[in-house]
Amino acid sequence: MSGTPPVDLLAKFDAIRTEYAFLLSTGLSDPFGVVMERVLSPTRAIIRGRETILVGTYNYMGMTFDPDVIAAGKAAMDAFGAGSTGSRVLNGTFATHVAVEQALKDFYGTKSAIVFSTGYQANLGMVSTLAGKDDVILLDADSHASIYDGCKLGNAEVVRFRHNDAADLEKRLRRVPAGKGKLVILEGVYSMLGDVAPLRDLVGAAKAHGAMVLVDEAHAMGFFGPHGRGVYEEQGLEEEVDFVVGTFSKSVGTVGGFAVSNHPHFEILRLVCNPYRFTASLPPVVAASAEASIRKLMAARDKRERLWAASRKLHAGLKAAGFTMATETAESAIIAVLMPSQEACVVMWSALLDQGIYCNLARPPATPMGVYLLRCSLSSEHGLDDVDEIVRRFVQARAASQALAA
Amino acid sequence: MALSRDAVLARLFELIQPFNTKAVPLAEDTRFADDLEFDSLTVMDLVASMEDEWDINVPLNLLPDLETVGQVADAIVKLKAEA
Ligand SMILES: Cc1ncc(COP(=O)(O)O)c(C=O)c1O
Repeated sequence: MSGTPPVDLLAKFDAIRTEYAFLLSTGLSDPFGVVMERVLSPTRAIIRGRETILVGTYNYMGMTFDPDVIAAGKAAMDAFGAGSTGSRVLNGTFATHVAVEQALKDFYGTKSAIVFSTGYQANLGMVSTLAGKDDVILLDADSHASIYDGCKLGNAEVVRFRHNDAADLEKRLRRVPAGKGKLVILEGVYSMLGDVAPLRDLVGAAKAHGAMVLVDEAHAMGFFGPHGRGVYEEQGLEEEVDFVVGTFSKSVGTVGGFAVSNHPHFEILRLVCNPYRFTASLPPVVAASAEASIRKLMAARDKRERLWAASRKLHAGLKAAGFTMATETAESAIIAVLMPSQEACVVMWSALLDQGIYCNLARPPATPMGVYLLRCSLSSEHGLDDVDEIVRRFVQARAASQALAA
Repeated sequence: MALSRDAVLARLFELIQPFNTKAVPLAEDTRFADDLEFDSLTVMDLVASMEDEWDINVPLNLLPDLETVGQVADAIVKLKAEA
């Protein structure tokens, strides 16, 4: 109708837009606008013309430049073309999809594996499809956005319990009326603080109340548990956990997501899960690279040991240098430094980039309320001398940002 | 056992008081966000104390519809009746 004044749908973001513009006006580097002009290796890239140490990539096992992974991708590109151009349910599966799912079944020792186009979509699909209208989801308060969004996409009742608190979960499970289906959602490593979940207690509570359990092991694949399956394997819970979700974007070194399970009817999800069936499948180059990478990760004992050694050394080094760490010890390959405020965090992050260190600036809503982090994650390809250099540059960046504040 | 709405409301006022740092007078139509200025962390703590008081789960899905103290009292009476 004429005369109706238009409402600007982007106006609701004015506050954050103003805050962001103010940040950029201070002359600090844009924490959300880093461009890697060239990537030299899993640990080095050229940013603003300068060689920078990458300390925030999730490239835990350094697979992005593995020659076998690259060769497998190139061969698949030549043999199958650049893309799948459609959904596997509607437009067909390529041999590369079957092969990467077989690699996952071999890696996890499960009967079934379903590959999604990203880890985000794997959680969207699993969470929204497993728990329906009459079911209850119980999720950790610090769950990843993809889990929360999966809850929104589905129709289940959603109950949140305190982060890593088995007693709180137990109390909530007890309050669910008898006869309702229950899905408890956990993560092996929580991606912001890098803390490891007490899965044995949490899964124990879930099973005592007849709940099914899904564990997201995105940040643990390759270096927790005897086979590198994740924290659930390390804590001896392979019989108890019903579904494991993971991603190819971190340890595997490419892109994609998946869920594995021993449930006898798991495969039916392919026909009923919208984030699986209404989107294009992974391109063959990605599926083949992922397959090669997963098969190599089965035997990557030396990489695991290097990653743990570097992670422990970085945690100890930063702590000794006086930084406030998010966890008491190095629980995972995510080593997060707690900052007192958003301003201090941004200033320090920018000073680090000036020193040739790229880490992640993390703030709410990615982090819990009021938590500002400089989040580092290491790779098996960071040497111990790299770690010394990273700590040295953290100390220099702190001096530079204190000079700025004075 | 069904709870009386009056009893729930009276107890709710008591549970809100520790978080009511600005000493806003509480009534049925007091709004959590606009009048009490609760942030999401405060809401989470308050919800947890209500859950323990009445031994119920307050599903996340309900929260967006609960703007006033009176609406929360209604929701608790309903959840308790269903439990
Ligand atoms: C715990 C967790 N789950 C899922 C994802 C999503 O993975 P992807 O990057 O493959 O979408 C991430 C990473 O962003 C994550 O940290």
